[in-house]
Amino acid sequence: MISTLGGFTLFLALGVTLYAAAAAVLGARQGREDWLASSRNAVLAHFCLVTLAIFLLEYALVTSDFSLRYVVNNSTRGSLTRYKIAGLWGSLEGSILLWEWLQSLMAALVVARYSERGPSGCRQLMPYVQAVLQGISVFFLLLMTFAVNPFARIFPIPPDGRGLNPLLEVTDMLIHPLLLYSGYVGFSVPYAFAMAALITGRPTEEWLRITRRWTVVAWLFLTGGIFYGGWWSYRTLGWGGYWAWDPVENASFMPWLTGTAFIHSVMIQERKRMLRVWNLVLVTVTFSLVIFGTFLTRSGILGSVHAFADGPVGAMFLAFLALVLLFSFGLVAYRSDQLKGHGELDSIVSRESAFLLNNLVLVGICFTVFLGTIFPLLSEAIRGNKISVGMPYFNKVSVPLGMALLLLMGIGPLIAWGRASLNNLQRNFLKPILGAVAGTAVLYALGMRHPEALAAFALCFFVIGTIVFEFVVATRTRARTMGETFLAAFGTLLLKSRRRYGGLIVHLGVVIAIIGIAVSSVYKVEREQTLRSGESLTVGRYTVRFDGMEAGERPTHILVWANLMALQDGKPLGELTPGQRFYPNQQSPFASVDARYHWSEDLYVILSSFERDGSSATIKVIINPMISWIWIGGVVILLGVIVAVLPERRLALLTIRAKAQAA
Amino acid sequence: MSWKKALIPLACVPLIILLAYGFRTDPKAIPSPLVEKAAPGFRIAVYDGDNLSLEGLKGKPVVLNFWASWCYPACYEEAPLLEATWRKYKERGLMMVGVGIQDKEANAREFMRRFNFTFPNGPDPGSKISIDYGVYGVPETFFIDRQGRIAYKHVGALSPDVIEEQVRAILKEK
Amino acid sequence: MALVCASLLTPLTILAAAPSPPKAEAGSSSPDTDERVRDVASELRCVVCQNLSVADSPSDLAKEMRDLIRELLQQGKTREEIKAYFVSRYGEFVLLEPPKRGFNLLVWGLPFAALLVGACGVYLAAKRWTRRGHQAAPPPDPAYAERVRRELKERGGSSGS
Repeated sequence: MISTLGGFTLFLALGVTLYAAAAAVLGARQGREDWLASSRNAVLAHFCLVTLAIFLLEYALVTSDFSLRYVVNNSTRGSLTRYKIAGLWGSLEGSILLWEWLQSLMAALVVARYSERGPSGCRQLMPYVQAVLQGISVFFLLLMTFAVNPFARIFPIPPDGRGLNPLLEVTDMLIHPLLLYSGYVGFSVPYAFAMAALITGRPTEEWLRITRRWTVVAWLFLTGGIFYGGWWSYRTLGWGGYWAWDPVENASFMPWLTGTAFIHSVMIQERKRMLRVWNLVLVTVTFSLVIFGTFLTRSGILGSVHAFADGPVGAMFLAFLALVLLFSFGLVAYRSDQLKGHGELDSIVSRESAFLLNNLVLVGICFTVFLGTIFPLLSEAIRGNKISVGMPYFNKVSVPLGMALLLLMGIGPLIAWGRASLNNLQRNFLKPILGAVAGTAVLYALGMRHPEALAAFALCFFVIGTIVFEFVVATRTRARTMGETFLAAFGTLLLKSRRRYGGLIVHLGVVIAIIGIAVSSVYKVEREQTLRSGESLTVGRYTVRFDGMEAGERPTHILVWANLMALQDGKPLGELTPGQRFYPNQQSPFASVDARYHWSEDLYVILSSFERDGSSATIKVIINPMISWIWIGGVVILLGVIVAVLPERRLALLTIRAKAQAA
Repeated sequence: MSWKKALIPLACVPLIILLAYGFRTDPKAIPSPLVEKAAPGFRIAVYDGDNLSLEGLKGKPVVLNFWASWCYPACYEEAPLLEATWRKYKERGLMMVGVGIQDKEANAREFMRRFNFTFPNGPDPGSKISIDYGVYGVPETFFIDRQGRIAYKHVGALSPDVIEEQVRAILKEK
Repeated sequence: MALVCASLLTPLTILAAAPSPPKAEAGSSSPDTDERVRDVASELRCVVCQNLSVADSPSDLAKEMRDLIRELLQQGKTREEIKAYFVSRYGEFVLLEPPKRGFNLLVWGLPFAALLVGACGVYLAAKRWTRRGHQAAPPPDPAYAERVRRELKERGGSSGS
C-alpha cells in the first residue's frame, strides 16, 4: 500500500512541479499576477508532497515493511530506530529522494522569504528563480519516477532485510549526508538567481545582494559536511588518515573551491561592478560541479568508496549535466555584451588584486583536482591503459597552491581597497611579518627542520599575525574613542562589522586547520609490529603493550579485539582496544579503531591481523601530532560564519534593548 | 549571437563526451601486463603432496587458478567447473593447479573436500605467488601454454564456454 | 598575541621532543627499514582497496605486500626496482601517481600551464582596468580645486582627522 501511495505521491509531485515552473514563466511573461500566485502555491504544495513521500518511506523503514525493496536493502528488523531512519539515505533511491526533498524545501523557503518582502527587483526575478529551482526538481522527480523508484516493491517478501552497510550504522551517518546535501542543494539557489538575472536581463548586483547570506550558509553546510566527513573517516575507516583524494571526496571539494572563490569575488562585484561575467561563470561552474559530483557518485565510471551506481541513472545525470552546462553558458554567451562591466582598478597593488589572485589560486586548485580526477578516464579513452592518479599527485600539486592561498589570506583583509599606499602596507604588514619571522626562528631553534613545515608555519604565523593585529588595533581604537572597555569594544566590533570580523574568524579557522594538516602529515609516525602476549611496541614517547585477544558477540556482528595498555613516558595512559568486526554478510571484517584523541596529538591504534588462537597480533600504532587542530579549525570556521551572517535587525534590537535596560 | 559566442557553451561538449565514454569502461577491470609474456615461476607446497613448480611442468599447458574459501559466491560457482574440466582433460596432458590464497589450512582443506578437488592445490604463504601474478581479487585464472607463456587471464568466476575455449586453445599448440 | 604564542608553543615543544624520523630502537625490525618500506609502499596503490596506498591500507594483501617490499629492500633492491617489479605484475595502475612521461606529462604540466595562463590573464585584466581607471578620472576643474584649497585652509585650525 505504501508502495503505491508513495509512487503516486512522487508522480503527483512531478506534475505539480511542472505546473509550478510553467505557471511561473507564463505568468511572468503575460503579466498575470494570479498565475504567479498560483505557481507560488504550487511550490509549497510540491514541498508538502515530497515531505509526505519522505514520511511514507520513513514509516516503511521504521516499521520494517519489507514489501519495499529499498527497506530490504537498507535496514534490518533488529537495527536501532535511528539507523532505520538514516537508512533513508543509505543508498541510491533514498538519497535521491532526500536530495529532492531538500531541493523542494529550499525552493519553498525562497518563495516564502523573497516573494513578498524582498526588494522590488525580486519581483521580476522570482518567477524565473522558481522556474529554475522547479526545473531542477523535475529532473530528480523524473529520476525517481522512471529510473530509481524508492517505493519499488520486492516479491517474495523476505523475512528480514539485508541492512545498511555496517560502516554506516553509526551516529555520523545521521549527520554527514544531511550537512553535505544541504550544502550542495543550497548552491542551487544563487545559481537559480543568476540564471533568472540572465534571463530577465536585470543587473546582476541585485541578485548578489539578495542571495549573499544564502550562499554563505550553503557554503557553511558544505564546509561542515567536508570536515565532518574527514573526521568520520579518521575515526572509523582504520587507516589513520582523513582524506584520500578519492574521486567522490574530490567531487565535494571542487564545488567548495569554486564556491569559496565566488564568495570572495562577489565582494569585488558589489563594490566595483566588475567581474560580472566571471561571477556568473563561477556560480554556474559551482552548481555544475555539484551535479558532476552526484554524477560521479552514482554513475560508477570512477571506482570509489562512495559510489553506489546502477542502471540508467548515470546516463540521466550526464544528460542533466549537459543540459545545465549548455543552457547556462548559452545564456551567459547570449547576454555577455550587456554584462560588460565598467569597473576600474585604482592600482594593481590593492585588495581587488588580492581577490583576483585568490580566485586564480582557488580555481587553479579546482582545475588541478578536476584534471587529476578525470585523467584516468582520459588516459583510458586515448591510450587504452589504466593508470592511477592518487594521493601523491594531489598532495604534490595542492601544497604549493595552498601556501599561495595562505599568503593571500594574510594580505587580502588588510591591504587597502583601491590603492594601497606604501604607508598602508608598512603599517599593516610590518608587525605580522616580523612576528612570522620570529615565530619561525623559534621553531627552527626548537628543532624543526622540515622545509615545507617551516614554510607553512611562517605563512600561518603571518596570517594569524594579521588577524590578531587587525582585531587588536581596531578594538583598541574603538575602546579609546568610545570610552568602552576592551572587551565591550571587541564585542561591539564583532556585532557592527560582522562580515569583516566573521570573515577574519573564518580565516583563523582555516589557518588552524592548515596547521593541523601540515603538522599531522609531516610529523606522522607509524610503526607496525607483530606482538606476542606481554610484548610491547614503542613509538616515540608511547609504549603499547599487548595483553591478549578477546572476542564477543554483538547484536549485529562478532567483535574481536586486542587488549592493549598504552603508556606515555612510562606512565600508564589507559587501555586501548582496537579490533575487527565480522559481519555475517560481509566478506572481510571492518576495522574498529581505538585511539586516544588529544589536542596535542593522537595515539591511534589499529589491529592489522591476529592469530586465531590469540597468541599474537599485528598492531599498527600511528601518532598524529596536532591532527585535532583540523577539527578545531572547522569549529572556528563555523563560529566565524555564524558571526558573519547573524541577522542585523534582531541584533540591533537586542543591543538597543540591552542598553536601555542598562541605562 | 555570433558564432564566437556559441563556442563558450560548445566547449563543454568534449567533456560530456569523455564522461559518456566512461560508461563503457569498467573501473574495476585492470588489464594484466603479464598476458603474452612468460609466466612467472612458482613453487607450491601441495596439500598432501610434494612441492610443485612451474619449471617441473615445462612443456605442458597449465591452468593456474587462484581461489579462497572466503570468496563467496564466485569461487563456489566455478569450483565444480574446474574439477569437471580437470577430469575431462587430464588425460590429454592438461595440468591444473590451484592456489588457495589468504586461507587458513583448515578452511582451504574444507573447500577442497567440498568440491572433491583431485588436482593439486596448495597455499600461498605471504601471497608471494599471488603478487607475482598480479592477482588483485579472487577468483582469477591463468591459462599458460606449452611454451610457458600466459595465453589468457580470466578475472572472476569462469563460465563453461570460456574455460572450454581457453583449455582447447592451450592444448592445441605444439 | 601572547596567548596565541603560548598555546602554539606547547604542542610544538612536543614536536621538537619527538624525533622525526624515530631513532633506532630495539625491535624485530629496524625503524629505519620501516621508514623505507613506508616510503616505497606509499607510492604503490593497494589493489584491493579504493584509492589507498599500500602503506596506508589495513587490508591483508597490503600487509603482505609491505612484507614483500621489506624483503626486497633487505635484498638490496632500490625503490625504483621494486616499483618496476610491481608495475611488471600489475601494470601502471599500481603506481599511485602516473609516471612522468609521454601522455602523462599532461596531468603534470597542465595545472602549471593553466595557472600561468590564468596569472597572465589576471595581470593583463588588472592592467587594463587600472589604465581605464586612470584614463577615466577627469582632470580636476581648476576653479573647483581652488575652492577646495580655500575651504581647507579655513578649517585648518580645527583638529585634523
